[in-house]
Amino acid sequence: MAVTDMNADGLKRDERLERLKLFGLSSPAVLMVLVILVLPVGWLFYVSFIGADGTFSMENYERMLKRKSYARIFQTTFEVSLMTTGLCILIGYPLAYFMSQLPTRWANLCLITVLLPFWTSLLVRTYAWLVLLQKRGLVNDWAISLGLWDEPIKIVHNLNGTLIGMVHIMLPFLILPTYAAMKSIDRDYLKAASNLGASPSRAFWTVFFPLSTPGLFAGSLMVFILCLGFFVTPAVLGGGKVIMVSMKIVSNIELFVNWGAASALGVVLLVLTVIVLWIASRFLKLEQMTGGGH
Amino acid sequence: MIRWLKSPASETQVTHGQRLWLYVFAGITMILLVTPTLIVIPMSFSDSQYLEFPPETWSLRWYRHYFESEEWMQATRTSFVAAFFTMLVATPVGVLAAYGLHASKLPYIRAAFVLLITPMMVPVVLVAIGAFYAYVKLQILYTMLGLVLAHSILAIPLVLIVTGSALKSYDMNQENAARSLGAPRWKAFMTITLPQIRFAVVTSALLSFLTSFDEVVIAMFISGGDNPTLTRNMFNALRDQIDPTIASISTLMILVTTVLMVLAQIFGRGKSGD
Repeated sequence: MAVTDMNADGLKRDERLERLKLFGLSSPAVLMVLVILVLPVGWLFYVSFIGADGTFSMENYERMLKRKSYARIFQTTFEVSLMTTGLCILIGYPLAYFMSQLPTRWANLCLITVLLPFWTSLLVRTYAWLVLLQKRGLVNDWAISLGLWDEPIKIVHNLNGTLIGMVHIMLPFLILPTYAAMKSIDRDYLKAASNLGASPSRAFWTVFFPLSTPGLFAGSLMVFILCLGFFVTPAVLGGGKVIMVSMKIVSNIELFVNWGAASALGVVLLVLTVIVLWIASRFLKLEQMTGGGH
Repeated sequence: MIRWLKSPASETQVTHGQRLWLYVFAGITMILLVTPTLIVIPMSFSDSQYLEFPPETWSLRWYRHYFESEEWMQATRTSFVAAFFTMLVATPVGVLAAYGLHASKLPYIRAAFVLLITPMMVPVVLVAIGAFYAYVKLQILYTMLGLVLAHSILAIPLVLIVTGSALKSYDMNQENAARSLGAPRWKAFMTITLPQIRFAVVTSALLSFLTSFDEVVIAMFISGGDNPTLTRNMFNALRDQIDPTIASISTLMILVTTVLMVLAQIFGRGKSGD
């Protein structure tokens, strides 16, 4: 009796040691993320509470509250992110639905049209829109020859151009998880609904749509989070008229070398992102969002 | 045609005719997703300053301009080297982490997983200025080492997710069988597990390469001096004016992406055949 107990303890200890060793395999990755991301961001957090005179102060945060320009930047960031997410849902959901109804072979072919832009450099796509939307660009040329408008109009270097570019860049992030969720819906549920007398639209809204929401929700969240911190596309297509938080952070450092102000903005942006993620995590698992779950 | 329109399109008896709007909408969306990027390709062969489509006269002028510029060539080399080393660093580090977290069932794995995917969630501007500060202290600002490390932490979450989900559908008992027959764990991993998740590992490697190759914001801050990346130079050129040289570079970048995508398809195909 005593001998088997000892063995059991020994085995348990061995197993624990083994698990610790396995866990240790992740230490290079953990160490890299700690040194290059977590510690520096922690330092930014500290710097945000240091005033111009080098002592502790809230001045960086007070400035944000006092100056109207900062409020406007946060407002713009939220508006642009919300509009982009909304447009992505309106455009992406029907496309994902369309693909989910096709036989696999055709669906895979259509999926390439989503994956191709997804893999293509963000900068290249932003540049493409800049070229297409400029005053002497293709969109203006074609619209004039079709008679939609008479003179070249300004479509880029403003909010419209920014939204067009951002929606195009974010669409795959919405479509891919939504499509994956739709593919895993058991079609027999729809047959059952239809057999029981539901009209096609009723079957869609009461059976199919609710079952597809986890994917749609995960995709929308991803798009919204990415939009909050977006820099390249609004910087190029916004023409200085659409100023988002990350652009202000960059200009605070590049133009004014004001680390305190930049850090405070960064901290607020990070806190907002965490709040959004936290609220979302109450509705879905993090693993689901990253596509790692089943 | 008429009969097709009236035939049921799904389990709910909705007809193709009633759903015609969906087909048209999806078609237009797919065209809009693909063409804006592709239209840059013919434009890059134009002879004009103003990127016309279709080009009136064709020429390789902007390609010549790119290949003859020492500055662009230098930046291209930097980008390729950084992407290559990011792939070499992020793939093994990420695969190790994915395997460790999968096999160890300790309670901390969830915390470690969340920590390792934070680089994907934190606004990239913050990562950039944080790394900028850290690199000044560590004296690796504007070095290849610094660039590769920063790009690697962006790539690690992707490796973790892609390889992790492959491990989830892999039966660990196979490895346990090998170990009970006397193989040490590392050997069991190398000879039994790794060959079966190799497609996920290859995909992870390609994604890591692309992550670094396409990255702009971090490179803006920590690649400079003699070592600016291609994307950093492109971004700076874009802010000033519409330089047609960028169209030729974009075309070449689309080419690189397409090659990687085809590679991923070829390696990914094996999955079903296995």
